Amino acid sequence: MLELRVNGGAFELDAPVGTSLADALRDRLGLTGTKIACNEGHCGACTVQLDGVPILSCITLVHSVGEREVTTIEGLRDHPLVEAFVRADALQCGFCTPGQIVSAAALVETDPEPDRDVIRHAMAGNLCRCGTYPRVEEAITTWRA
Amino acid sequence: MARLIKTEKEVEGRYTEQWVVVEEDVLDQWPAGARRVVGRPATRVDGLQRARGEARYTADVQLPGMLHTAVLRSPHGRARVKRLDVGRAMQAPGVRGVLTPRELAARDAADWPGEPSVGPHASEVLTCEPGYAGAPVAAVGAETFGQALAALSLVRVDWEILEPLLDGDQAVRRGSLLGEPRRYERGDLDRGLAEADLVVEAKYRTQVVLHNALETHQSVCRWEGDTLEVYTSTQWIWGVRREVAEALGIPADRVRVVCEYMGGGFGAKNDAGDHTFIAAELARRTGRPVRCALTRRDENRATGNRNATIQRLVAGARSDGTLTALGGEFVNAVGYDGFSPFTSGPMQLLYGCPNVRTVDYGAQLNTPPNAAFRAPGFVEGTFGLECLLDELAARLDVDPLELRRRNHADHDASDERPFSSKRLMECYRRAETHWARRAEVRARSEAPWRRGVGLASQVWYGGGGPPSYAWVRVGPDGRAAVITAMQDIGTGSRTAMAQIAAEELGLPLDRVDVALGDSARGPYASISAGSSTIPSMGPAVRSAAADAARQIVEIAAQRYDREERVLSLRDGHVVSTDGGSWPLEEIAGLLGDGQILGKGARGPNPAGMRVLTFGVQVAEVAVDVETGEVRVERLAAIHDVGRVINPLGARSQVEGGIIQALGHTLSEQRLLDPLTGDVLTQTLDAYKLPTIADVPEIVVEFVDQPDTHLTNLGAKGLGEPPIVPTAAAIANAIRNATGADVRSLPVSREEMLRALRETRGRAEEPVGASTA
Repeated sequence: MLELRVNGGAFELDAPVGTSLADALRDRLGLTGTKIACNEGHCGACTVQLDGVPILSCITLVHSVGEREVTTIEGLRDHPLVEAFVRADALQCGFCTPGQIVSAAALVETDPEPDRDVIRHAMAGNLCRCGTYPRVEEAITTWRA
Repeated sequence: MARLIKTEKEVEGRYTEQWVVVEEDVLDQWPAGARRVVGRPATRVDGLQRARGEARYTADVQLPGMLHTAVLRSPHGRARVKRLDVGRAMQAPGVRGVLTPRELAARDAADWPGEPSVGPHASEVLTCEPGYAGAPVAAVGAETFGQALAALSLVRVDWEILEPLLDGDQAVRRGSLLGEPRRYERGDLDRGLAEADLVVEAKYRTQVVLHNALETHQSVCRWEGDTLEVYTSTQWIWGVRREVAEALGIPADRVRVVCEYMGGGFGAKNDAGDHTFIAAELARRTGRPVRCALTRRDENRATGNRNATIQRLVAGARSDGTLTALGGEFVNAVGYDGFSPFTSGPMQLLYGCPNVRTVDYGAQLNTPPNAAFRAPGFVEGTFGLECLLDELAARLDVDPLELRRRNHADHDASDERPFSSKRLMECYRRAETHWARRAEVRARSEAPWRRGVGLASQVWYGGGGPPSYAWVRVGPDGRAAVITAMQDIGTGSRTAMAQIAAEELGLPLDRVDVALGDSARGPYASISAGSSTIPSMGPAVRSAAADAARQIVEIAAQRYDREERVLSLRDGHVVSTDGGSWPLEEIAGLLGDGQILGKGARGPNPAGMRVLTFGVQVAEVAVDVETGEVRVERLAAIHDVGRVINPLGARSQVEGGIIQALGHTLSEQRLLDPLTGDVLTQTLDAYKLPTIADVPEIVVEFVDQPDTHLTNLGAKGLGEPPIVPTAAAIANAIRNATGADVRSLPVSREEMLRALRETRGRAEEPVGASTA
């Protein structure tokens, strides 16, 4: 039995050794806002925060999380970035969007007014095939508006 | 009375005749310009659900007792299965079903005494003679995906490996073709070339590009009594419904297809796909819900691609730039299966040249089948044609923009039809301010970077067509629901439909809901491909809303003793010209639980006319002439797609198309193992998609004038036009910057350096001096 701290709550779950954090969140806790698009750490769709640091949950073993607090998109549903993404039309199909917002939330936590280069550096690991990048940049630039 | 007529329908450049029933009350188009809701920026009505991760995609469907599937795929481009032993796999932990090719049934009957509860012989989508690496051979359904994968590794296959055919030119030489070559000629090419003051010839190549929608192809199938439920990531709910019903031999109403949210398609999800049939068959055999989801690696092997092309082009012109001849031989390296796109289309349609001759070959190869990918054929054909035209302009010393104006097609010369509307000249006019930056941009060159500006024109379809239907329901609370079994693949069509209904019903946008994505809930809706969702579905939704609005006015007229002609719907009220005003909920509320039901259908396309979209893009680039690095610094896009329903979503479509085109132009390329034909670039680190750091400044403009001949909206589609001209605009900017002609996509550093070396070899054309 494993205890996982997620979005302010504590959950006990059974997971075989080797289970990824992404699978545990999605399949065991029903937190399907975390998406799996490549399942090998290349695209950023599965991004969650561990103690505020964005990580790729599809290549993180759930047993390695320990005491750290997991923050998923469900824990950020009222973050102003969510509104900012909708306002700026920073989503099309939306499959990458939760991961984008989780990454962006970690960014603005440390740098509330990131400039363009900082945004591009911090967000380059979150792929979007629809090409919403200009809108993502605008959303992060205007998130407190 | 309903009238039965024939109309022409087009999807991705392929035309069919279609019977359509036209209702009598044809609505007049709204006047041009922004209205209360339509034509004004609207954030997505489902934006919060998607952004918060609450939207349920196929990938998120988790049904009780659901099995997971792993698919064994051929590692060889061409091979035969001599022996397939699934015995150990069937005994592996968690395994509930194994599927093998139908051909094995006869051959191996003796190996399977009796009929196992979950038999090994199955679907026709599995094959013993794979014609491409990645072709599905066997499938395992198990309690977990891990167990299915583990069992798959226990399947023993003895292969007879055959030599694969991988080269398009070679396939044409050997006559390995999918269908007959398509030949087209108007006028006389040879005469046109003889009349020319200058003839230019060149060969262009474009690469294979992979769709890589972030949600991979996947379906979950569950039998509910005699009905099969198919949750699937699709661009065409009704197409999947028909395909599955036909494959299973059951009535179409016993197949329910659901796709409420969809993680991107770009043309690769127009069909049901092997995964759907595998899941359906395993579900039938096991009595359990079954998910069949492709891994990213399999996605890049087996779900379609933009095929490579080889283009041998010739153009002739008089010294003033008037085209006298255009000729092209286009080889589409289609793959083992798929379709031969209309790569010659831009050459036939874009210019008013009197003498045009083209031939398209569809080469059958031992490579994964192609699939439509955002303006298939036209992206590739525009690259070749528009690059050749700039070479012509340079050699004639005619301004490239002026050259294009001079050859403007004022009708479709391929069959002498008028355009329903064409405002390409207005696009060119608006491009002037961007084009005028050339001198300033070039002056910013500093070694080793050289800067330049290029442009390219766009032509593509986007008229949509019938049939498509919608219902609108107005309840006693004064809210409206649009109901139709269409899909929103991420383009924002759900929002556009809400805007159209809100406009017609005089309701604020937040009082309209859209119920889509379920074949059991709404009427037939057309495919989301070929830039057709808005022009096909939008008019049906408006027509349904107008039907409901008419009924509301009739009810109000009787209840409040007014003539219908003095009543209209505005801001959630029925208002009278005499100043009377009644909230909609008061009128609808009269009916208690009653509902006002409107229905609408898409009318015909304008008879005898060609419906096309147009545009122009202007690219600014910087080229490091020492390393061959190309950076796109600015892209301006001006498109004519008729009326724009949602300027906010429309801008996003254009930006997204351009960013996909950036990948196509500079970084993306599927690579094959030359021995086996298997895909080497299966992962998203090997296959280079653009990231946020690659994006230039993008400027988007629309002409935004309704096509007065097209439907009750005058709106064309926009999904594909923006990806069409970008590669050529960038290549032409590279030519403007360096004088070098890149002729092969992607413009890798090798290709850029090759082009620069070739230019240096041409002593008469010093670097940077070819275009003013």
